[in-house]
Amino acid sequence: MDILAFLVDGLLIGFVYGLAAMGLTLIWGVMNVINLAHGPIIALGMFGVYLTFSSFGLHPYLALILVAVAGLLFGMLVYGVAISRVIDAPHLSSLLATFAVNMIIIGLATAQFSTTPRNVDISLGSLSIGPVTVLGTRVVAAVGAMLTTGALYLFLYRTRQGRYIRAVSNNRSAAELMGVPSSRILALSFGIGTMLAAVSGGLIATFFPFTVLSGGTYELKSFVIGVLGGLGNPIGALAGGLVLGMLEGVIPFFTSTAFVPVIEFVLFVVILLVRPQGLFGAKQ
Amino acid sequence: MKTWRKHLGLVVSLGFVLLLALYPIVTGRDINRETTFTILMSIALASSLNILLGYSGYVSFGHVVFFGLGGYVGMYFLSVHGWPLWSALLAGGLASGILAFLLGKAILRLRGAYFALATIGINEAMKAFINNFQPFGGPIGMSLNFSVYNDYGGAAKALWLTFYILVAVTLITVTVSYLVRTSRFGLGLLAIREDEDAAEIMGVVAPNTKTWAYVLSAVFPGIIGALFFFKNINIEPGPAFRLHVSIEMIVMVMLGGQGTVLGPLLGASGYQAMRGYLLTSPVFKDIQLAIAGSLLLIIVLFVPAGVVGWVRNRFPATRRVLQ
Repeated sequence: MDILAFLVDGLLIGFVYGLAAMGLTLIWGVMNVINLAHGPIIALGMFGVYLTFSSFGLHPYLALILVAVAGLLFGMLVYGVAISRVIDAPHLSSLLATFAVNMIIIGLATAQFSTTPRNVDISLGSLSIGPVTVLGTRVVAAVGAMLTTGALYLFLYRTRQGRYIRAVSNNRSAAELMGVPSSRILALSFGIGTMLAAVSGGLIATFFPFTVLSGGTYELKSFVIGVLGGLGNPIGALAGGLVLGMLEGVIPFFTSTAFVPVIEFVLFVVILLVRPQGLFGAKQ
Repeated sequence: MKTWRKHLGLVVSLGFVLLLALYPIVTGRDINRETTFTILMSIALASSLNILLGYSGYVSFGHVVFFGLGGYVGMYFLSVHGWPLWSALLAGGLASGILAFLLGKAILRLRGAYFALATIGINEAMKAFINNFQPFGGPIGMSLNFSVYNDYGGAAKALWLTFYILVAVTLITVTVSYLVRTSRFGLGLLAIREDEDAAEIMGVVAPNTKTWAYVLSAVFPGIIGALFFFKNINIEPGPAFRLHVSIEMIVMVMLGGQGTVLGPLLGASGYQAMRGYLLTSPVFKDIQLAIAGSLLLIIVLFVPAGVVGWVRNRFPATRRVLQ
């Protein structure tokens, strides 16, 4: 019976992992840039929620809206300063540019907040269905992740800007020839990717303790999920997140918890080699 | 006389390393030796990464995996089997070389960012695995008994010995880097960097060439890892497989100029000098990471060819000397 509870817990967290990975994979899909500043941005999302909650007493779920807006603007700023110049350069340049952003954020955040662990102190009780008991905060986080995914889909498929993003992701030069303002769309996509990372960070902060450096773990998980679901495929990312969450819930039943990252990263490398388009991607 | 002038690029690079190495030997002070040790280690690591990154254009983001594995294998033979230092160093280098050979066959098929991601994944998988691998001490790692230094004439002498070994390894690494660059094999790598498909059509056997470049660039980090952790007396999974070290290696190569022999030397020295200054400066020590990041961003955005690349492009007359 126990395994069911862990499975449900893993699935709920999987939604949030999926949301984080969606930000990474959206950026990759639109501009072929692997955002190595993804982790610190997740951490900034955590701190955004923490600070507005602890200093202004704003409810964490309201604070998430602020974090989302700030994440969007911050992402567009990062794009303008660091990414726009290297967008057509070899991969090394964009990897290093985003890593430079990573170093700057971590450096400043460590100086400001040190690396002591924090947590957002809210509790929504727990929910029992039969033998399974889950924490309220995790249910809300999973629902939040689903709503955000839904909103992203509506945006991508029902608005003009969203259609532009899909066009640029499909073929940038063709989109430019059709009159799509590509530099603005690239900035917007990077902003949305950053926003998703920040929101997922904020959601994670409501149920796990965190430090300035916590983002790194979730960044690596996002890579694994992104590859599982196929880089550049947002729905695949959500599915990949669920797979990863499930694995994390179930693996401890068969072997030591410490083996979870070994299995995750071996899976990651194997999928990169065997099916680089991801488990859910179409053959290219 | 003639061959000497033909290889001016090698002479300049080796002279640079020797000058650095002479500094603590002449002054005879331990503190200078430690500083130079760090710089020489960076030079050797950056030069070996450059063989893959600079010449073939494949970005290995997890190169520290070879440093860590070499360190672990070396420490295992030193502490558990009581091997002498020499054979432990060779074992470390060999283990890394074999790992690179096996990996190379598989992951070098991936191109661009996919390869970079795979190398990160391999480093993390290796770190997580070693964390659970009891023969290597699991999360606690391994330590040497302090008496191990007695075989080398006491701790003070052993530290000088590690320094001399490092100087030798650095000189060899730089020489190998030069030989690769000027050889037919190196030309194949450069061709792969420019256009892999075209290179294959021209007769470069890309998979083999890439694999051997990967092996060459892994062996030296393996030896240096074993040497470093022998000096450090203690090895743990965290410090051995720190992703940050990989990225520092890339930064050094980029700073000096990727694809040149002298570039990684200048990049590593410059980077370590700057890092030393920032870490000790009262104004910058808290935000040294942010400053290093800003510097990296400026280089990537405005001087992507690095110092040596920039000078070579600007002053073509220097090309014979700066290789």
